[in-house]
Amino acid sequence: MREKLIIVFSGIAAILLARNLGAMFLSLGDEAQQGAIYRIIFFHVPAAWTSFLGFFTALVASVLFLKNKNFRNDALAVAATEVGLAFCAVNLVTGMFWGRIIWGIWWTWDWRLTSMLICFILYGGYLILRRAVEEPTQRATLAAIFSIFAFADVPIVFFSIKWWRTQHPQPVLWGGGSIDPAMRSVLYWNFLAVLLIGVVLLLVRLRQEEVQREIDALRREAHAI
Amino acid sequence: MDSRNFTFMFYGFLAAWLILVAYVVSLVSRERKIKRELDSLKSMLEEQGRK
Repeated sequence: MREKLIIVFSGIAAILLARNLGAMFLSLGDEAQQGAIYRIIFFHVPAAWTSFLGFFTALVASVLFLKNKNFRNDALAVAATEVGLAFCAVNLVTGMFWGRIIWGIWWTWDWRLTSMLICFILYGGYLILRRAVEEPTQRATLAAIFSIFAFADVPIVFFSIKWWRTQHPQPVLWGGGSIDPAMRSVLYWNFLAVLLIGVVLLLVRLRQEEVQREIDALRREAHAI
Repeated sequence: MDSRNFTFMFYGFLAAWLILVAYVVSLVSRERKIKRELDSLKSMLEEQGRK
């Protein structure tokens, strides 16, 4: 069932990406003030949403693990964190290319950028923490507590542009910014494509975690013999 | 400015895809390692079971 889902979602994501890239370059013209570079938004924003969804999934799975000690939840938490971290990196890097052209600088210690970088470091730390603890139950418990703590940064990233004066543009959706309806439509469609890629990566990583648990069980059996 | 603008957009897209491709490559190599480990453990246990 999972294999079929991976294939179906990959196929839909590929078709959507081809359609969206066509729309980005053939249907939509350059933005009046920013020129061609504004197209970065079509990957920058969906990457941020996908990473937040990944971190939220990790939060829910971590809370569930602490509640019922089911290792499936721990597997989901680590898979969602890894995928979220990859998209967090995409968000940060694409933003840097946009900033170099629009602001003339690669980086500024602005609230939004800094809180997103802290988010990246926190969840990177989560993965390092998992490698540092050998015993599976202790590892999963510590990682779950850390994941809940790390998620506190996500709302700060999200609301930073509302709470403080920042150089980062206001949100083009549900905020002070505005966007052309044709561009908004491509943004939504590309969010769907990026989200599907995220789901495929999550399913693949989840399967690996399950096989790893099977290996751990076989190792214990081998030691017992 | 315009050609530089387009070039940076291209590099931005390229960087985004390179990050995702690097992650996919890491997943594939991990998958191979896990399968090798699983197969060797299973065959070891089967051998021990026969003894």
